[in-house]
Amino acid sequence: MNIDTKRDPRISFFIWVVIIALIIATPSLLPVFRLNLLGRYLSLAIVALGVDLIWGFTGLLSLGQGVFFALGGYSAAMYLQLNSSGSFPNGIPEFFGLYGVQKLPFFWEPFKSPIFALIAIWAIPALVAGCLGFLVFRNRIKGVYFSILTQASLLVFFNLFNGQQRLINGTNGLKTDVTELFGQMVGSDSIQRLFFWITAILVLLSWFFTKWIIRGRFGDILIGIRDDEARVRFAGYNPTIFKTIVFSIAGGLAGISGALYTIQSGIVSPQFMTVPFSIEMVIWVAVGGRGTLLGAILGAVFINYAKSLVSEALPASWMFIQGGLFILVVTALPEGVLGWLQSDRPKNLLIRLGISKPIRTYPSLEAKGKDEVNS
Amino acid sequence: MQLILESLFNGLAIGSVLLIAALGLAIVFGLMGVINLAHGELMMLGAYSTYVTQLIFKLPALKPFYNSYIIVSLLVAFLVSSIVGILLEKSIIRRLYGNPLETLLATWGVSLILQQFVRSVPLAYGSGFIITVFTGLIVPLIIPEHLISNKSKRYIKSGIWSISVLIGILTANYLSTTISKLGRASARNVDVTAPAWMRGGIDILGITFPVTRLVIIVITIIAVISVTVFLNRSVWGMRIRAVTQNRSMSECLGISSEKVDILTFGIGSGLAGIAGVAVSLLGSVGPNVGSSYIVGCFMVVVLGGVGNLLGTIIASFSIGIMTDLIGAGRLLTIWPEMPSSLASTVNFFATTSMARVLIFALIVAFLQFRPAGLFPQKGRMVEG
Repeated sequence: MNIDTKRDPRISFFIWVVIIALIIATPSLLPVFRLNLLGRYLSLAIVALGVDLIWGFTGLLSLGQGVFFALGGYSAAMYLQLNSSGSFPNGIPEFFGLYGVQKLPFFWEPFKSPIFALIAIWAIPALVAGCLGFLVFRNRIKGVYFSILTQASLLVFFNLFNGQQRLINGTNGLKTDVTELFGQMVGSDSIQRLFFWITAILVLLSWFFTKWIIRGRFGDILIGIRDDEARVRFAGYNPTIFKTIVFSIAGGLAGISGALYTIQSGIVSPQFMTVPFSIEMVIWVAVGGRGTLLGAILGAVFINYAKSLVSEALPASWMFIQGGLFILVVTALPEGVLGWLQSDRPKNLLIRLGISKPIRTYPSLEAKGKDEVNS
Repeated sequence: MQLILESLFNGLAIGSVLLIAALGLAIVFGLMGVINLAHGELMMLGAYSTYVTQLIFKLPALKPFYNSYIIVSLLVAFLVSSIVGILLEKSIIRRLYGNPLETLLATWGVSLILQQFVRSVPLAYGSGFIITVFTGLIVPLIIPEHLISNKSKRYIKSGIWSISVLIGILTANYLSTTISKLGRASARNVDVTAPAWMRGGIDILGITFPVTRLVIIVITIIAVISVTVFLNRSVWGMRIRAVTQNRSMSECLGISSEKVDILTFGIGSGLAGIAGVAVSLLGSVGPNVGSSYIVGCFMVVVLGGVGNLLGTIIASFSIGIMTDLIGAGRLLTIWPEMPSSLASTVNFFATTSMARVLIFALIVAFLQFRPAGLFPQKGRMVEG
């Protein structure tokens, strides 16, 4: 959408009509299996928006977004489990019986209320992200150290959830597709269709939200932090606060995304917190175009769709393709497909790959020109 | 007393595996500022080369020397990992110097490819490939220089490479026909059996020390000492340190920073291979064996302070001892009359995975006081 900054309003009106028509019509066009996949990938686009916000705009490469994703997923799953566990012994979810737990653990109690659950889905991940971020940013830990710490925290949360069978069913995770919502099974077609629409609308809303964040002075400060944090600090701003806020926003988005993904895939488990999944989130953004919000959405949806198609056809080759994609994007297309289309056009690909030589003029001036970002 | 000794030994054993795994990472990260997420996969390659060496030593011709295969495999693993590391440096990482985050992502891609490579390519062909590259790189260094430097240089080089390819193909064929286990691709885990003298334990002061653990500790000590001596006493070590401190000034003084980069990365990767040998002695070897160590290694580097070997050593041993104290629930045995509220907390963390949780929390807490680790680099910069 950002290829030209000034565009005929009629064209953008037309584009919006097409998008809305597609959202309304897709459930009846696609078979349920494909619709479900598309819904899941759309919900992953929300977490990708968060990653783009912190990595593309603020320069914080988090390899631990899976934590917040899973926290959102668990919040949704805990509510659904409680909502449909009236008929089980003690009125608590069925799996507790397997481990001889009689009483609901204390932190499950508030999830009986749907309003609390709806808030918890984004508030808990945002809070955890805020606390973790504040502790890390306060000490000016940044760059790769930040990435390593987020990855380590991912492992910690994985271990924490994986080992606690008696509290949250550990490694088996919480199933949601056999639970009830509005008197219907969550796994049923009608609820899944409903959640497809909810997901599509939430993707659009999160897109507008992130765009709004980026557009104002707040966004300028974020980009300033990315490009030269020391100067931002010397100009009188405190980068810690801005980084904490943006990290917490990204955490909240990841939580929403995780909840939607959980409901549409039917289960939440510690597998959401494995290291590869969180790094994949980064690669969606990297391929789509970091620093371009639309790129994050398109990257998440298309790469995941490609993944499912390739894995169906040639199961072993996806790892090669994915690994190659990482290397290609980083070495040849650092600003992603969309960023590449917007900036210097395909002809420079030959230079990137080292086939033809770049024309050297004034490197220091060119480096400055590169930093312009289109949102 | 005995309990404390035993705990200390276990901690040392866990810590030495961590240390040997983190040593290469610390060198590459500390000296070059490169985050190598494929480090775990280089360890995995080291572990697999131990497995291949072991199978080759089972052949009738080499059977009498079977007991010493572990020493040969140390060398093989070092070479295999450092060759792959050098290829990696020459092809990808070189383009990304100064962009640590991009390097991190690219090396993650490499690690995915390496994992899948081990799954879907028979080990014999992998060995053939390594041998091809090895001969192709090493022969030009051996043959007299005046032969290469004249006009026919290009022909000689291509001749060397075609001969190496031939040798590689022949080796691959030989290995895949004689050892059937190497001829098939398999995603299943394989087991390295330790030679007879490494099984069992040694009794000292009434405590049994497993020999494998002792061997790993010895390997670690030798590796640490040789790395320290190399960096501080040799000419190339001095060059490496010079480039670390000031790259452009070193270049002005005639040090080829390109060669230094290759050397540093090669040594770091080779140490990962040696760590792979150690890991292969502890459990079964699979394509994912390295990735389970990588995060722990990074925590060691962060805790120890970047670019400081002493910090790495202290950090890995303290993490090792802490893991043992917390994870095995030894605190309760050492101090039985602990207040019950504290005791239940200690019990909650008394598994290996929960010990990791607590140790991470402790590391984050520690970084609040010392953000740059135990031994921060001294310097005057805006950003620490």
